[in-house]
Amino acid sequence: MKKIIVAVVILSTFLSHAAVAEWSGNVAVELRGFLQQGAWPGQGDGGVSVSAQPEFRHQWDDGNFGVTFIPFARLDSMDDERSHADIREFEFLWVKDDWELHVGISKVFWGVTETQHLVDIINQTDVLEDLDREDKLGQPMLRITRTNGNGGIDLFLMPWFRERAFPGIDGRFRPPLVIDKDLSVYESDDEEHHFDWSIRWNQSIDNLDFAISWFQGTSREPLLLLAGDRLAPFYFQLKQAGLELQYTGEAWLWKLEAVHRETTAKNYDAFVGGFEYTFVGINESAADIGVLLEYNYDSRDHLALTVFENDIFAGMRLALNDPQSTELLAGVMYDLDFNSKSFRLEASRRLGESYKLGVEAHLFWDVDPLDPMYAFRKDDFVQITLARYF
Amino acid sequence: MKKHVALFLAVLLSTGAAIAETAQQKGLRIATEADVRDSGWGDTTADMVMTLRNRTGKTSSRIIRSKTLEGRSDGDKALSLFDTPADVKGTAMLTFSHGLKPDDQWLYLPALKRVKRISSKNKSGPFMGSEFAFEDLGSQEIEKYSYKYLGEEPCGKGWKCHKIERIPAYKYSGYTKQIAWIDTKEMRPVKIDFYDRKKRKLKTLTWKGYREYIGRYWRANEMFMQNHQTGKSTRLQWKNYKFKTGLSSRDFNKNSLARQR
Repeated sequence: MKKIIVAVVILSTFLSHAAVAEWSGNVAVELRGFLQQGAWPGQGDGGVSVSAQPEFRHQWDDGNFGVTFIPFARLDSMDDERSHADIREFEFLWVKDDWELHVGISKVFWGVTETQHLVDIINQTDVLEDLDREDKLGQPMLRITRTNGNGGIDLFLMPWFRERAFPGIDGRFRPPLVIDKDLSVYESDDEEHHFDWSIRWNQSIDNLDFAISWFQGTSREPLLLLAGDRLAPFYFQLKQAGLELQYTGEAWLWKLEAVHRETTAKNYDAFVGGFEYTFVGINESAADIGVLLEYNYDSRDHLALTVFENDIFAGMRLALNDPQSTELLAGVMYDLDFNSKSFRLEASRRLGESYKLGVEAHLFWDVDPLDPMYAFRKDDFVQITLARYF
Repeated sequence: MKKHVALFLAVLLSTGAAIAETAQQKGLRIATEADVRDSGWGDTTADMVMTLRNRTGKTSSRIIRSKTLEGRSDGDKALSLFDTPADVKGTAMLTFSHGLKPDDQWLYLPALKRVKRISSKNKSGPFMGSEFAFEDLGSQEIEKYSYKYLGEEPCGKGWKCHKIERIPAYKYSGYTKQIAWIDTKEMRPVKIDFYDRKKRKLKTLTWKGYREYIGRYWRANEMFMQNHQTGKSTRLQWKNYKFKTGLSSRDFNKNSLARQR
C-alpha cells in the first residue's frame, strides 16, 4: 500500500509538468455463448461481460522520462472469478543515450509464432481473458535495456511473482475440479517473493531477426496437485533457455521458437516452428491472404501439461486492407497423437472512427480422453465483442 | 548518399556531351538533380492528417506522426507513429529502405506489446486503407526507376515543369509506369499519374502549398491522391515540419518501439 501511495505522489508530481500527457484506452462489451452444456457440474452457458482499460501516458524531456499507468477491470455475469482487476502497467521510464531503465509494473512480449507463445515467460498469463493466452498480468520489475544495432540486451530483475488466476465453479476452460488459488504451494521457501531474473539479447541482421534468452525463477505455469475436492497450483522453480528466430523473405516468413527447460523433477525441450506465406493483392484487389502452417512439439510427450505436444496448426489470415481494417484469422489445430481437432476463428472490423467489432469462435471435436484438451471438449463457444476506443 | 554524389559527378561530366543526350539520359539527369537538391537534410519530423474519402463522400481520418533519418550509405530510416483511429493508437511502423532491395519493416502492436517483422512484398498494397500504396510513401531513391524525358509543360501557377516517365525497377510494384511533373525552377514534384498493371490510368497525386525550410528544402503541406477507377481519394495534410532535430539511428530501433511517442 505504501508503495502505491509513493507511486501516486510521484505520478501526480509528473502530471504538473507541461508536456505530452494523455489518456486513452477502451471499454468493451462481450457476449459469449457456449454451444454445449458444460462437461463439469456448475458450469454456465455464457453471458455478458464488460471491461475497461484506461491508459495514461506521460512523457517529458523529449521522451527521456515517462510514466505509464494502465489499470484493467472486467465484470462477468457467468463466472465470479472472471470478474477481476489488474494493474497491467504502472511504470516509470528513464532513457539515457543507449540505456533505458524501466521501473514498476510492466509488460513485455517475446516471440514470433502464432499458435502458442512458448518463449514468452516474463509476464503471468491472464487465462481468464481468452483462450489465446495473449493477455498478461502486470509484472513488477526493474528492467535495464542497452540498445545496440537494431536490437539490444534486456535485463529483467523481478522481486515479486504474480500467481495465475483460474476460472471458478461457473467458469469454462477448467478441469473437473476447481483450481483454488488460495491453496497455492511453492517449491521455493521464498514463495512469491522468490527473486526471478532474466536476460534477453535480440538483434536483426538482414532478413534474420533473432533473440536468445535465459530465465531463472518461478514457473509461470503451475502443476496442479490434488487437494481434497480441489486442485492446488504448485509453482516450481524453472530455468529456461529460449530461442526466437524469424527469416523474412519476400512473401515467406519462416518462424521458430524453442525452449530448453530445467526443473527439479525433469528437463525437457519444446519448440514451435513453421511458416506464413502471403498472397498479396488477391484478384487485383487490396486484400491479402496468408497461409500459415506451424508444428508444435514438447519432449514430455503425453505427460506434457500443454495441449501442444505433437500438434499441427494450419490456418489462413485474411486482411482486406480496407479503411475499416477488416481482418480474419482462422485455422485448425490437429493433434497427431490423439487425432483431436480444434478450430479457432478471430475476426475484427472497425466501425466508424472509434468502435471495433470482434468475433471469436472456438470449436473442439474428436477429443481423446488422454488429451489435456479433453477437459475443454464441451467448451465450444462463439464470442462477440464491441469495444469503444478513446 | 555516396552513390548519389557519384551519379551527380557522372552526370556533370556527361553534360559536356549534352547535344547527344538521349531522353533517357535527360530523364535520369533531372531525377538526379532533384535528388541532389533534396539531400543533406539529415533528419526531419512532421505531423500528418490523412483523410480518406469514399465514392459517396464519406470521410474518415488518421493522425500519424513521422520521423525520418536520411541514409548516408543506404536508404532512409523512417518511423510512423499512429495516433488515430483510437484502436491503433500507439502502433508504430519502422522502415529501413534500401533502393532496389526490399525494405525492412517492423510493426509494433501496442495491445500485445508485440514487435512483428513484416514482409515488404506488399509494396502495391494500400497504406492504412488509403489510396496511397506503401510504394507511394516510401523513400524515393534514384535507382528505383528508369527514366525518360518527355518534354516541358506549364503546370499551373505560372510554373513550368519537366515531364518525365518513370518505370519502377523494383519488384512487386503495382504500376507499369508513372508520369511525373517536376518544376523546372526548384525541382519539386508537382504531379504524378500512376498507371496500373493493365496500363490504365489508375491514380493522380498532386502536391500543393510548398514551403521552403531551413533555406533549402521544399515540402508541400498537402498531397492529394485521386483514384480514377474507384472515385475514392486520400488527402494528406502535413504540418510542423522540423529539420535537423538531432535524431540518430538510436531513435530507429525495433527494441524501443514501445516507448516511442
